[in-house]
This record gives sequence, structure tokens and C-alpha cells, in this order.
Amino acid sequence: MTMLSITNLHATVGDKQILNGLTLDVPAGEVHAIMGPNGAGKSTLSYVLTGRSGYEVTGGSATLNGEDLLALAPDERAAKGVFLSFQYPLEIPGVPALTFIRTALNAQRKARGEAEITAPEFLKKARATAAALKIDFEMLKRALNVGFSGGEKKRMEIFQMAMLEPRFLILDETDSGLDIDALKIVSNGVNALRSPERGMLVITHYQRLLDYIKPDRVHVLSAGRIVASGGPELALELEAEGYDKYVQVAA
Amino acid sequence: MSLATAIATGDLTQLPSRRDEDWRWTDLRGLIRAIPPASGLLEPTPGGPFAGLGGEEIVFGNGRSDGRAGALFTAEGGAPLRLRFCSDARGARHASTMVINAPGGERLTLLESYEGQGDYLADVELHIEIEAGAHVTRVVLVEEPAESILVSTAHVRLQPGASFHQVVLTSGGRRQRIETRVTQAQGGAEVRMDGVYILRDQRHADLTTVVTHGGRDGTTSQLTKGVVRDQARGVFQGRIVVEKGADGTEARMGHHALILSDKAEVDAKPELLIFADDVQCAHGNTIGALDEAAIFYARQRGMPEDVARAMLTEAFVGEVVDRIEHEGARDVARAWVSAQLGASE
Ligand SMILES: Nc1ncnc2c1ncn2[C@@H]1O[C@H](COP(=O)(O)OP(=O)(O)OP(=O)(O)O)[C@@H](O)[C@H]1O
Ligand SMILES: [Mg+2]
Repeated sequence: MTMLSITNLHATVGDKQILNGLTLDVPAGEVHAIMGPNGAGKSTLSYVLTGRSGYEVTGGSATLNGEDLLALAPDERAAKGVFLSFQYPLEIPGVPALTFIRTALNAQRKARGEAEITAPEFLKKARATAAALKIDFEMLKRALNVGFSGGEKKRMEIFQMAMLEPRFLILDETDSGLDIDALKIVSNGVNALRSPERGMLVITHYQRLLDYIKPDRVHVLSAGRIVASGGPELALELEAEGYDKYVQVAA
Repeated sequence: MSLATAIATGDLTQLPSRRDEDWRWTDLRGLIRAIPPASGLLEPTPGGPFAGLGGEEIVFGNGRSDGRAGALFTAEGGAPLRLRFCSDARGARHASTMVINAPGGERLTLLESYEGQGDYLADVELHIEIEAGAHVTRVVLVEEPAESILVSTAHVRLQPGASFHQVVLTSGGRRQRIETRVTQAQGGAEVRMDGVYILRDQRHADLTTVVTHGGRDGTTSQLTKGVVRDQARGVFQGRIVVEKGADGTEARMGHHALILSDKAEVDAKPELLIFADDVQCAHGNTIGALDEAAIFYARQRGMPEDVARAMLTEAFVGEVVDRIEHEGARDVARAWVSAQLGASE
């Protein structure tokens, strides 16, 4: 069954047309990769799907399990299970990572009409998750992302993801900035969440990530549209040949 | 020229006005048309925001304590002093003065509260003498009604080897000035002076500080944060004077404000006046809005917009609250901040 369904999506950023009729379906249980040249609109797609202000939808639709995503506020989308691992995670001065995540988790639970997580339950889960992702627990007591290295920030995105247990994951260049060991740890963290009920959209520039997180489908996004789709072999072909032929298709 | 003199003499021309450089954002002359009659008697019941922290209580009701407008306190034995300035008056005025001595080696925690109802004109003058080796912590919580006019001025003198840590927390009033003038005439003392103002509606608060380093090797560290919304107006004036010969002085001053509405205003004037050669001084001053990108990030994680904004605002102010060393006072301050920020949404 199709989980995320995007049809003929058009969007502008500051009056500039970025998405030009993008169509894409991700069935439940599948992992789809998106590759494409710089400036193609990959991050724009992730922000449109999560409802960032300044990104205006001018046509088309996006639904999650049949429900119109675009009509919901960002926090409502999060409560429905949409999670974005940011290409550039934000710093939150003065708010310890654990406090931030617990506030977010309880807000989501409240929106879904579920009970709040108790403090001991939360801490237990945080300790186990930190251990699995090889994150020093002390780091979680520091203000979220403030002074963290690029790789630490990415690892913290995955930590948040593991704590929030979203249903649909969008990873925007989560591999960039990670060292080789961290790439494996983060990939394991993502793979642990693979399940028949979850869908994932993995945006990356590098085939290597896809050795660890094996995609069911690979799409090429160029000039605001999906211009080619294929199996995992497409990523290998792109790695070898680049985007030339797709950029021309789009032109 | 001061409110106290104007009250004592009934002479309106004694009121500071916006033509006085140090009062240009807190005009009293233009606001006060007549000096109102003296406030009636008030005998507050024991309590106040710091009641749970023990120690001795000295309370002024409408400017008078045990029938007198002045009091003297000498610190002894390390117990906190809860100093309460309570007002309940309409169209009236009162003034009080107090002298506090911290003899050598004493540690005094001064928990000072302003608790009021009605509309009135109040003036408070404090003199705090801190001898060598003595340490005074002063936590000032100002909870005044929207219609009050309050000027509170503290004169603090430190001997070498003394220290003074202060934090002022205020929600403002119709017009309000909390001023602290600190002198380390011979240097060698340690001063920390922080502040938080959280203002809404048409409230006004002015946190003014002046620190004078007259001798070598003194330190001053200041951090003030403000949050203003609606049509509120915050004022910060911080002056640090390092006199000739006061070498080795270290002084740092930061003021940072969040403006949460178009009609709110913050006026800030950080000043370092340095006449010595060998000093380390720095100041920073920022006035801005909440980071919208950070708010989107928090919302993407599931926090509704009001929760995200309250969290980021509380964290912004929290940096000052975290600097309060006295645990009980820190808890009172934190709860006060939450209440100020929470009730708005
Ligand atoms: N606020 C903005 N105003 C105008 N143009 C913008 C704005 N934000 C993004 N763009 C433009 O939108 C286009 C798509 O940007 P986007 O970040 O989606 O690309 P991307 O595919 O994620 O690229 P990369 O691989 O470099 O991350 C770019 O040309 C970018 O310059
Ligand atoms: Mg991008």
C-alpha cells in the first residue's frame, strides 16, 4: 500500500519556482533514495513535506496514508509520524538535548491522545538508544547541537529519530559530515527502524550510504522533478556517469 | 534631583526628566503632575515570595517599618534577610530608606521583594556596606501592579576582598527604575550584577547600573536579559567606570533582549568609561527576535508553536537564572520566570 504519495507537486521559494510537477510514491515498508545535482530541489521537497514557512505549494498534492499532509501544521505532521533529519540541524541554546526530545515526544503523544512518557521510562530508553548509537550520555545533557561538530549533529538527528519512532522518515544528506565508523553506526540506527509499517526517503549524494541502507528504489531529482527511477543499480550508474544525461532530459 | 527629594519637598522640578541624560528613557517629570498625599498605614502579614527560605524578615508597609521610614541591619551568623517592600495604596506616595552592613567575614543573603497593589508613587533607597572579606548576595524580585511608579536605588560600597552578587528580576510597572550604584573605591573586590526583565502590556522597566572601579584588580561581571511583548518598554543602562590607576580591572557586561511584538521597545546603553591602561573590558549588546528556524525545527519534532516559543524564550532567560548560586532563590526565580512567560499565551 502506498504510504507517501506525491502528485504533480509544484512549489516556490521566495517567488522562485523550485518544484515543477514532482510525482513520487513510497509504499509502506520501502526505502526510496533520491539523488540529484546541487540545487535540484531535494531539500526543498523535504521542507515542503514538513511544512516550513516560506515554502509555498502552488499545485499538486502530497498525502500520507491517504491523508492530506499539506493542510496540516508542522507539529501536526510530526504527530502523524513525519520526521525530517535536517541537512543542517539547528542549534537550540539553553535547552538540554534530553529536555528538548522529551518535550517533543510528549507533545506528539498528547496530540495523538496518548499518555505522557514517565521520566524513568524516558531515561531508560534514552540510555539504551545512546548506547546503541555510541553517543556519550553526558552530551545529551548539553544544549542541543550547540557547539556540536557536524558529525555529532547528524548523529543527534538519528538519536532523536530513534527516540521519537516516526512512521515516515526523510533523511536529508544525513551521511554528509560523518566519518566511516559513524556512517555505519548511523546506518544501523536507521536500519533498526525498517519495518513493514514504515517508509523512508533517503536523500544522498553518495552511493556509499546505500551500501548500508539498501534502497528498494532510486530516483533522480533534477530541476524540481523526478526524471528517472530504477532499482539500486541506478545509484551505481549515477556514481559512475554523473547526472549529465538527466540534466539534459530535464532541460 | 530625585524622586525622593521631590517627595520630601513637594517640589516637582526636583523630578528627573528626559532632559537628564541618565533619565531620558524613564521620564518622571512628564508623568507626575502633582506629588500625591502620603499613603496610609499598612501592616502586611508575614510572607512574601521568599517566605519558604527562612531567615529574618524586615517588612516595610507603605514605606514604614515599625513606624519608621528607615531601618538599620547588621548581618550576623549567615541567615538570610528577607527584606519586603509592600505597598497597598491609591493615589498616594511613600518613601523608605534602609542601611545594611556586612561586617568582615560575614556572608549575607538578602532576599528583597517588592509586593504591591493599587496605584502609587514609591521610592526606596538602600545603602549596603560590605567590608573586607564579606560576601553579600542580593536577589531582588519586583512584582508591582501595572499602575505603580517605583524608583529603587541601591548604593553599594565594597572594600578590597569583598564580594557582591546581585540579580534583579522584574515584571515592570507603569514607570519603574531599579538602579544599583556600586563603588569599589580601592578596587580588589568582586562584583556580579545580573538582571531579568519580562514585560507585557504597557509596562515599563529600567535597569540601570553604575560600577566604579577606583583601585586595582577589581572585577565586574554583568549579564542582563530582557523579554518584551505587547507595547512594553525595557530600558538597560549599564555603565562601568575604570578610574585612572585602576589597573588590572576585569569587566564584562552583556545585555540581550528579545522583542516579541512590533510595538514593544528596548532601549539599551552599555558604556565602558576607561581611564586606566592595563584593563580587560568587554561588552556585548544584542536585541532581536526568536530564531524562526529554531522554532520550525522544534515544531518538526512535534512541539506546537506556542510550546516551542515558550521553550526558547525560557531558555533565553534561563542563562541568567542559572547564575543564581542560592538554590532556594534560584528555584523561586525559575518559577517566577515560568509564570511570567506561561501566562501570556
Ligand atoms: N529562500 C530562497 N530564496 C530563493 N531561492 C532559494 C531559497 N532557498 C533555496 N533556494 C533555491 O532553491 C533551489 C533548490 O535548493 P535545495 O536546497 O532544495 O537544493 P538541493 O537539491 O537540496 O541541493 P543540495 O544538494 O546542494 O543540498 C536552489 O537553487 C536554491 O538556491
Ligand atoms: Mg539539500
